[in-house]
Amino acid sequence: MKAKIHVTLKSGVLDPQGKAVGHALGSLGFAGVGEVRQGKYIEIELSETDVGTAKANVEEMCKKLLANTVIENYAVEIVG
Amino acid sequence: MSEITPPITPSVVAEHGLSTEEYAKILEILGRAPNRTELGVFSVMWSEHCSYKSSKKWLKTLPTSAPWVICGPGENAGVIDIGEGLACIFKMESHNHPSFIEPYQGAATGVGGILRDVFTMGARPIANMNALRFGSPDNAKTKHLVAGVVAGIGGYGNCVGVPTVGGECNFHASYDGNILVNAMTVGIAATDKIFYSAAAGIGNPVVYVGSKTGRDGIHGATMASAEFNADSEEKRPTVQVGDPFTEKLLIEACLELMATDCIVAIQDMGAAGLTSSSFEMASKGGMGVELDLDQVPARESGMTAYEFLLSESQERMLMVLKPGSEDVARAIFDKWELDFAVIGHLTDSGRMVIKMKGAVEADLPIDPLALASPEYDRPWEKTPTQGTIDPASVPHSGGILATLQTLLATPDLASKRWIWEQYDHLVMGDTVIRPGGDAALVRVRDTKRALAMTTDCTPRYCLADPVMGGRQAVAETWRNICAVGARPLAITDNMNFGNPTNPRIMGQFVGAIEGIREACLALDYPVVSGNVSLYNETAGSAILPTPAIGGVGLMDDYTKAVGVAWRDGDSLVLLGATKGHLGQSIYLREIAGREDGAPPPVDLALERITGELVRELVAGGHVSACHDISDGGLLVALAEMALAANIGADIMNKAGDVPLHAWAFGEDQGRYIVAASRANTVLELAAKRGIPANLIGRTGGILLTLKGERVLLDDLRESHEGWLPDYMAVA
Amino acid sequence: MTAAIVTFPGSNRERDMVMALTRAFGKAPALVWHRDTELPKVDLIVIPGGFAYGDYLRAGAMAAQSPIMRAVADRAQQGVLVLGVCNGFQVLTEARLLPGALMRNAGLKFVCREVHLRVERADTPFTQGYRKGEIFKCPVAHHDGNYFADSETLARIEGEGQVAFRYCSPQGDLGAAFTPNGSINDIAGVYNDKGNVLGLMPHPEDATEKLLGGLGGAPLFAGLAEALAGAPA
Repeated sequence: MKAKIHVTLKSGVLDPQGKAVGHALGSLGFAGVGEVRQGKYIEIELSETDVGTAKANVEEMCKKLLANTVIENYAVEIVG
Repeated sequence: MSEITPPITPSVVAEHGLSTEEYAKILEILGRAPNRTELGVFSVMWSEHCSYKSSKKWLKTLPTSAPWVICGPGENAGVIDIGEGLACIFKMESHNHPSFIEPYQGAATGVGGILRDVFTMGARPIANMNALRFGSPDNAKTKHLVAGVVAGIGGYGNCVGVPTVGGECNFHASYDGNILVNAMTVGIAATDKIFYSAAAGIGNPVVYVGSKTGRDGIHGATMASAEFNADSEEKRPTVQVGDPFTEKLLIEACLELMATDCIVAIQDMGAAGLTSSSFEMASKGGMGVELDLDQVPARESGMTAYEFLLSESQERMLMVLKPGSEDVARAIFDKWELDFAVIGHLTDSGRMVIKMKGAVEADLPIDPLALASPEYDRPWEKTPTQGTIDPASVPHSGGILATLQTLLATPDLASKRWIWEQYDHLVMGDTVIRPGGDAALVRVRDTKRALAMTTDCTPRYCLADPVMGGRQAVAETWRNICAVGARPLAITDNMNFGNPTNPRIMGQFVGAIEGIREACLALDYPVVSGNVSLYNETAGSAILPTPAIGGVGLMDDYTKAVGVAWRDGDSLVLLGATKGHLGQSIYLREIAGREDGAPPPVDLALERITGELVRELVAGGHVSACHDISDGGLLVALAEMALAANIGADIMNKAGDVPLHAWAFGEDQGRYIVAASRANTVLELAAKRGIPANLIGRTGGILLTLKGERVLLDDLRESHEGWLPDYMAVA
Repeated sequence: MTAAIVTFPGSNRERDMVMALTRAFGKAPALVWHRDTELPKVDLIVIPGGFAYGDYLRAGAMAAQSPIMRAVADRAQQGVLVLGVCNGFQVLTEARLLPGALMRNAGLKFVCREVHLRVERADTPFTQGYRKGEIFKCPVAHHDGNYFADSETLARIEGEGQVAFRYCSPQGDLGAAFTPNGSINDIAGVYNDKGNVLGLMPHPEDATEKLLGGLGGAPLFAGLAEALAGAPA
């Protein structure tokens, strides 16, 4: 199975990259663009077959390495 | 041969950038039709980029030797002796086309490639420089290209930990569709530990190290040898992606291996990848080589022989090791977590035999392919000369200092701080003179010596008069190196031109080479490495001829070097003659709106003795600051010195018969401004050598003043520093 | 007094640090490779600048998980002095040996320039060569030096005197114009709660020679040498 992980900055943490992207979209003429937040997307192939165990393992990976929980949140999705 | 070989039709030949005559020659060499893999090999080996087929005839005329030259052109980089058992290894190379298509990766991999050329020869890279030319600031793409190229150069150089200490950056509409990204690396090696690429020893293992091979940049070398057209953006997949982290590991691993006694020959896999590197090594050593592509570390599955041979994946090297030393070498690459694979061995067959899954995929004779590559004597036309512009015929209105302030905020003269602050110019802890002055100066670790380095070219002069422009480019590097107090030793040339099949363009190339040759001879300043980039055209419109020159000089004692920042209370002496030459000047273009006239003449004999005088003044401690006068003329140079010091000056008008605006902004060559506490010493030493020297001012205060006009340094600074950040900030 | 510099694949300012430490301590520091699990017995451990593991994922994230970092954490716990500069600061925050995090510069670009720093305390082994409130010049060279801590952490480190240096004007004024990266409260360097671990983004090691950028960073190393002078050789 495969883990799909989104790592994003916590709300309240200034995201200068997202801000720059938002500004650029505006200047390209895209109307109605609100706040933009940029993050990371990570895919991991897993040999684990139990969804629950896989999810717990990946959450551990996030805490330990994939996200810096001082500034980032993470969301894990396990797919067949 | 592999079983399924699609027929080689004329259109397949054309797709590979080979002419009908070239294909006929292939048939003659092989005595049969090539298969597709072999055709691919010929195509890259005979591309302009790898074979220099249009330029060879002329490059051969350049002076390449001097008592201090250890190795001239023909190896990965040039090598000069700098004393104390040390050698300086350096080269400049273009990455123009990839940088236009994908500026960040194109520029980044350009830096990576030139670094490999230098550390391949056993040198630790100690500095990077870059010469950049972008289109008009008004062109819609320019800003995006500037941002990407600068970020790419920084992203790569900063990560590998080699300081980027200087360079140059111009803007001109002729580069709208063909920007130039020329990167230079300077390194240091022990003179008895220099590594070359000639393979030797039948049976010796051929080893692949570095990153894995993917399908990156297939046919990058042929792309760099063709004109651009509207479809070029579709070529994006052929741009390689750089990995500076792996490059850093590769530098450390190679230097560690080089300290052992394992390597017979080594070559980086640059343009045309495995093909070019293995051919060059075998050809130089008069050997044959047999490779098994199944052993090549692959990043993707299902790659064909064609793809393996032509991939331009980055951060890879090929080595021939001494027999039995594989284990020592492998342990070093394991430590640095890099791939290491024995992929073949040397033979005495004089042929390159490529196998994959047991089948022979290519079997080609090495010498005919590598040495008998085409050499053309392309027709060329001499560039018509332009008349010298009488400075009195160029009107001037308004104040001189107001004009100075305007000029300081024009694209070519504005401060490039926005660029060089994105480059780590301090890492390694040896940068004595930082970007923003004349030459950069980098200390040679554990000695008092330092290397001065600079890149220069004035393309508008080259367009008006290629011979004079070629001379001037060399002379300006000479001047920048002398200005810090160092002795110029040798140059690397990066020849960027349009389509050589156009006789007018070929004439520019021939003229520039002639000018470079004259300057090198007159100044004892040989060419030790270089690179040619042709076909810099889009839809038939060529770039300004741009023979970018990288110069390197030696300072015996770095503590004696001077920068451009003068001291309070100094006298200012102008060295060299001022005739007010306005033809092809920045003033003429930016203020009068004209791009015409003959460029300023360069008197090489005078150039030489003036440079020698400047070095004498610096070595004797007679001057506190020195700056050569180039783009924008005398007042621009004075303003740059004042801004660097944050100390003003009162400038005396010594124009004589020359109109004031031509005196202030003319671009007469061979001139320097020196600042000294005792001007008389400077004037006497100049007189002894017969060099014109005039006291033109005194430093102090917060203003520049001239004939009753005055301007605050803070206002000049705002104009000078403001243009580029303001330009880049507007979305 | 002895020092060790921990290097990772991608470290690149260890040479600068070797020169600065050798000059101040009179002998060269030991170099320890990241795969080692043991540190020599030293009085000072330094994590130098660079791009450990290419700064891939996040600056310092993978280096913080290296085998050697467990040993560094143990020594820090025992009170040994630990100094992280630039990438070293990022590694120490990722390893949770220092509070807060270092994010992408507010200007989004790599920045290499001279800045002025204000010394917030002069009573630690790292800063005893300075006066409190002293201002010195020293370069920065980084892409991810934008210091961030949540409001609770920030209140704590400000309250406990854990701010080591702040970016400032040549006259010592604070403000966004003088901070090259957008750091919260202009913070350039922080201590851990015991004061024996210091991380800072600027490079004092590149300001220890008169002719190469001046001597702004020299008191940091001289102060360390003095503080450790009593330590066994």
